[in-house]
Amino acid sequence: MPRTRTIATEALRARVEEMSGENVFACYQCGACSSGCPLAEEMDRLPNQVVRALQLDDPSLLESDAIWVCASCLACEVRCPKGVDLAKLMEALRQLHLRRSLDRLPLDDVPRDEIRRLPQIALVASLRKKTG
Amino acid sequence: MPDPTMTQIYIMGKAYDVPAGVTIMDAMEYAGYRFVRGAGCRSGFCGACGTVYRKAGEYRLEFALACQEMVQPGMHLTQLPFTPAPRAAYALGELDPTENVLLQYYPEIARCVACNTCTKACPQDIEVMDYIQAALRGDLARVAELSFDCIQCGLCAMRCPADIKHYHLAQMARRLHGVSGSPIPAHLTARRAEIEAGAYDAELDALMTLDLDALKARYAAREIEKENEEGS
Amino acid sequence: MTKTRYFPGCSLKDTARSFETSARSVMERLQRPLVELERWNCCGTVYSLTADDLMHHVASIRNLIRAQEEGADELVVLCAMCYNTLTRVARRVGADREALDKINAFMNLEPDYAGGVTVRHVLQVLRDEIGWDRLASEAEGMLDGIPVAGYYGCTLLRPKEIAIDDPERPTVMTDALEAVGAEPVRFPFAAECCGSYQTVDRRDLSLERSYRILRAARRAGAEVVATACPLCQHNLEDARRQLGERDGIGSLTIVYFTELLAAALGAPPERLPETLAARLAARAPTEGER
Repeated sequence: MPRTRTIATEALRARVEEMSGENVFACYQCGACSSGCPLAEEMDRLPNQVVRALQLDDPSLLESDAIWVCASCLACEVRCPKGVDLAKLMEALRQLHLRRSLDRLPLDDVPRDEIRRLPQIALVASLRKKTG
Repeated sequence: MPDPTMTQIYIMGKAYDVPAGVTIMDAMEYAGYRFVRGAGCRSGFCGACGTVYRKAGEYRLEFALACQEMVQPGMHLTQLPFTPAPRAAYALGELDPTENVLLQYYPEIARCVACNTCTKACPQDIEVMDYIQAALRGDLARVAELSFDCIQCGLCAMRCPADIKHYHLAQMARRLHGVSGSPIPAHLTARRAEIEAGAYDAELDALMTLDLDALKARYAAREIEKENEEGS
Repeated sequence: MTKTRYFPGCSLKDTARSFETSARSVMERLQRPLVELERWNCCGTVYSLTADDLMHHVASIRNLIRAQEEGADELVVLCAMCYNTLTRVARRVGADREALDKINAFMNLEPDYAGGVTVRHVLQVLRDEIGWDRLASEAEGMLDGIPVAGYYGCTLLRPKEIAIDDPERPTVMTDALEAVGAEPVRFPFAAECCGSYQTVDRRDLSLERSYRILRAARRAGAEVVATACPLCQHNLEDARRQLGERDGIGSLTIVYFTELLAAALGAPPERLPETLAARLAARAPTEGER
């Protein structure tokens, strides 16, 4: 029976705060991040909803696709009136998966022709964000 | 009174008294291990005897070929006779030497974080990280040049946190470079033409008629290049 | 006296070769030639955002050590992602001595990084050192009046601490192009993300972001879109090719800003990307009209 890897869900907020160095309670849900995020409409949770879920220590956040849709563009960080670096929160949530080898990008399944068309800069960045 | 000609080492955690100043491979055979894997040329060329060891009192792991490295007092060692690194399947003649051909077959090259662990693991003093970086840039010639001394021991791939298959992709680069990049040596072409024209047929035919003793005599009397003054 | 070295980054050696060659010709003309580091490695492309991660900064620190070894206190870069990553890593270890010590200790085969290298983007060099007047004086009129939208992407402008210009209303790229005669086109998506690395496995995301950027540029009157990042260039061009029939974006010419500068400074057409050369040729008055 293959070993299944899981992410512990206890103290999610505490671990994310430690990894990111950010205080999620600084957020007062103004929504500036969500309105400025270029990928918000593709997300199953808006950026401000991600922070809210962290404030509420909601482990279902770990299942969300939003953290993988994020392109680390930092529009949220630049616009937050409280200086919350949401990009770092997103990265921490991704790393919780990647550090358990729960890669989001199955490199073995990427067709060779896909790699052929890509500049290596895209591959390097994508693998840093979606594989551990 | 301890015998100065003997020393104690640990093979896979078990202590053995072995002769001092011999290679790890000789010491292991002295201790009773029989190599059915992990031994080959015994001359530092085939890469079969990759070994991980630690010196007494040190925390770092080090890497060597068992047939080349001498035992040291208190050495802890084990062998890595095989690395399960998959080799990409390709037909050399059908490969399109586009810039990112290595990345197409070994996309994990893009996971390199330049940690230099591979270089530290190499028993041949190859600048492994540098050739992986050259591979990332599509510089086949440089990969071929830097990886020339590789003997495919696999220690780099075992240690790499990005799971890159250094020695396989380097071989692909050398082959591709040989096919499409490097110039064909003129002297090789000339010699081949000579052979095909029969220039050496008479000599070879004559050798074929000799009996074993005559052959041995010829071999013993062969012309040997003198060593350099400095020692080659 | 500042000693400078140039850091290319992986893409500029193959997939984005023209970015480098055009930049070289421009900088040589301005007597500020790009002297490449003798040895370098991939910077990592993205800055690792977790507080406890030091390993992913190693690649960038190695490059700063390479600069240090050559006696350089400034490292000039062209690729926007390299600029972002190298700058942020330099700041990180500059502000955190313990992190620097740990990274130096890990790289036990390297000399210690002492912290004295500043990373600058070519646009900063053009603006702050060369100056627009000097740039203007070198222009030969090839770009006169051509409407160019400067597309910055994310990495030159965010986070604020490393931004080369105002993250919300940047002008440095269009200032450079205006200096050499182009007509700058302001458009609202100039600093909006192109989709970045999503092009690998979520290509639909990058195509859509890039399409919107191109549509906005086209609507604002641009004929040319200038980029400063090999990934932006790839994504925008991908959208132009895949979705070109929409909103006229197929007619846009998308090139690196240095290719435009090179054209402006008199580079012959065979040294320019075909699309740009063709566009400039189409604009040039015929002999009878002069």
